[in-house]
Amino acid sequence: MDDMLLQVEPIIPALRRYARGLLGDVEASDDIVQDCLERVVANWSRRRDDNARSWVFAILHNLAVNRLRQKARRGNMVPLEDMPEASGASEATQEQTVYGNEVMSAIELLPPDHRSILLLISVEDLSYAEAANVLGVPVGTVMSRLSRAREQLRVLLESSPTGIRVGGSHLRRVK
Amino acid sequence: MTRKPITEDDLQAYVDNALSPERRGEVAEYLLTNPEASMRIAAYEKQSLVLREILDPVAREPIPSRLNLANIAANRPANTAPPFWRTAVAAAVILAIGATGGWTMKGLSLPATEGVVALAQEASASYGVFAPDKVRPVEIRFDGTNSLKQLASDTLGAQTILPDLSRSGYRLMGGRVIPTANGPGLMLMYDNDKGSRLVMLTRRMKVDQDKPMVASSDTSVRGWSWANNGMGFSLVGSLPGDDLHAIADLAKTQVATSL
Repeated sequence: MDDMLLQVEPIIPALRRYARGLLGDVEASDDIVQDCLERVVANWSRRRDDNARSWVFAILHNLAVNRLRQKARRGNMVPLEDMPEASGASEATQEQTVYGNEVMSAIELLPPDHRSILLLISVEDLSYAEAANVLGVPVGTVMSRLSRAREQLRVLLESSPTGIRVGGSHLRRVK
Repeated sequence: MTRKPITEDDLQAYVDNALSPERRGEVAEYLLTNPEASMRIAAYEKQSLVLREILDPVAREPIPSRLNLANIAANRPANTAPPFWRTAVAAAVILAIGATGGWTMKGLSLPATEGVVALAQEASASYGVFAPDKVRPVEIRFDGTNSLKQLASDTLGAQTILPDLSRSGYRLMGGRVIPTANGPGLMLMYDNDKGSRLVMLTRRMKVDQDKPMVASSDTSVRGWSWANNGMGFSLVGSLPGDDLHAIADLAKTQVATSL
């Protein structure tokens, strides 16, 4: 129990960040983090994985994927206003903020598989092996997915800001 | 001297700073003479930086109290039943439905698969599975935000009232979507200060679109079900039929005003 607090409590901020990056919506993100923590508490003694961080991230990831599936079924999108904004970072210049919003809008257009690999590697700083563990795929798949995700994001960002806002048909072709 | 050729994986690992110093040097050298790759890598590095900048403030927010791990751990029942227990309950309920359903159908030419009687069975099955669930009885908690209402209207496709049963001592815990043979149903769960739980199942009705309240019961679970304007409601719980009837009346008055 103390061991669990010691290992899991420090990563709660990162769990919230990952959920937010994936789902956008603040409430929905904290909901799945809460579900995740409840599962962590329930299954801590039974876990087979000795890397607590990737084990917890895997639980969260699975909950997030279910949530996204549900959302897709109900057909509503995450409102962009709920995405955290770069303006929260005080040092961000106007230009960075605009670019940040563009990146966030572009991320929204990526398939969830690509979004999650970018977040796990670039934001959460997981190793490739840890990410493979979280996503339940071989490391080779992590590498190819990462490469495709980055390239897709780059192409989206290069097709001008207005292109992203139109968000429509011509961007879909990139997939 | 021959070197290992530079791979796409090397380029990705370069962005992530995951290469050994020697290999990193080799990739850096390669990038000097490959403007296309070098341009891509610069773009990827910028992506990572911006993503991190945008999302980092989230990790600096104070953690909401509902995510307090020590509290979550403390709230957990001391000795939780092994997971097969829940499965066993669910299986038993399904068996019971199968057995009683089969028996009932034996004497009838027209089995109740759609109307209020079917709704009552669905509600009591939901009760049997989720009311004993200590870990996750509901999918969405009622927490004062709009998420449960949203789930309700997404499921039933209408402005849905979540009945307030606090006058009878029952507090709305939350809800979840239940699959039924007649489409999605919304299950709401309530509990009182003694931990007694009630389940209300609501779904659209094809048969029995309007139906006055009828009672149902199997061994320990009682229910009252009715339909109003194409929407069916069934309230079930393990408490005396008369008490449950009074609560059902309370719910009925509230949902009636919404239709």
